[in-house]
Amino acid sequence: MEDYILSIIVSIIVGVISRGYMMKIDHRQYPSYPQGFLAHITLGLIAASLGAVAIPALATKEFGAVTFLSLAAQQFRDVRNLERQSLDNIEPTELVPRGTAYIEDIAKAFEARNYMVMLSALLTSLSMNLSRVLKLNQQLQVVIGIVFGIGTMVLLKKLLTRQLIGEIADVKPAKISFDGPLLTINDVIVMNIGLKGSRKIYEERGIAVEIIPKDPSGSATLSNIGQRQAIQHQAATQLGIRKDIDEPDFTPLARRNPHNGNLVMALIPMEPDIGLLLDVVNKTPVLETCRRKPRGKNLSEK
Amino acid sequence: MDIGIKESIVALISLNRDVSSATTPIFYVDSEEKQEETALLIAKITMGMVHDLRNGVYAVVKH
Repeated sequence: MEDYILSIIVSIIVGVISRGYMMKIDHRQYPSYPQGFLAHITLGLIAASLGAVAIPALATKEFGAVTFLSLAAQQFRDVRNLERQSLDNIEPTELVPRGTAYIEDIAKAFEARNYMVMLSALLTSLSMNLSRVLKLNQQLQVVIGIVFGIGTMVLLKKLLTRQLIGEIADVKPAKISFDGPLLTINDVIVMNIGLKGSRKIYEERGIAVEIIPKDPSGSATLSNIGQRQAIQHQAATQLGIRKDIDEPDFTPLARRNPHNGNLVMALIPMEPDIGLLLDVVNKTPVLETCRRKPRGKNLSEK
Repeated sequence: MDIGIKESIVALISLNRDVSSATTPIFYVDSEEKQEETALLIAKITMGMVHDLRNGVYAVVKH
């Protein structure tokens, strides 16, 4: 077993580093810093050890040990459940809810990240053990392991990074106006606001954006209610919303222009900064489950 | 669990006394200022939203 100790240690370290590498992205989507961070790093450590011991277990003919891998997959499916439940539980406490699609997306991302850790640890250990069999010296083994591990990490991160709204649509400032009690943004009716006081606040402090999809696929993706909810949530949490629970008038609503598929959304932030709103909407992730491709490769219209 | 009625009109605030309803409470008011004020008060109590029906009637709706 001593032959494998080095590869196990290096693989675990690479695995944990890869979890930390993906953790940066979490902050915006799911801000649970001190406790959530520790929980996920620890789970990452477990995933990394599983990936690290798989090859040595096989090499020493401990085939029983491989069944533990399936146990691990089960464990990480539970991670998804855990995340989903905890986000579902805090959902009623959000002024602007995340929506079930966004929650599902976050939960899925957490599960996928654990698999990513496991894979990068596995590849590190595989490459190190191969180089050991080829009788390379120990320093070289470590270097090869790290190179392969980091390579897998970077590649998987690239694969796992979601598209952003800015990539499928153009986001432009829009104009808020009132047609009697009807709030309209660039001539799309959004909602009926009865109170004059609320209308005044919209006129004074409201900012609005129009999201113009670049192609039919983008238009179909943006029509998804879960996707719109995610945009609303991001905008409201990042800019701070001037609203309390008894003021439904100021809930941001992303409405669709049925004629061309554009979305419009008005928001009353604590600080009206249209540049920031454009930035936030541009950087909202396109949810995996909401992505549509009505004119994919195999269904092209001639 | 949180259970309640949603997407329903909880009250009407009317300047027009001809408006009647069998199911929804109607508050008759004499001026637009009073209408605005009553609508706001009811909306705050019920956590509803005020909508203007443009015929002198405000509806408070829970969303």
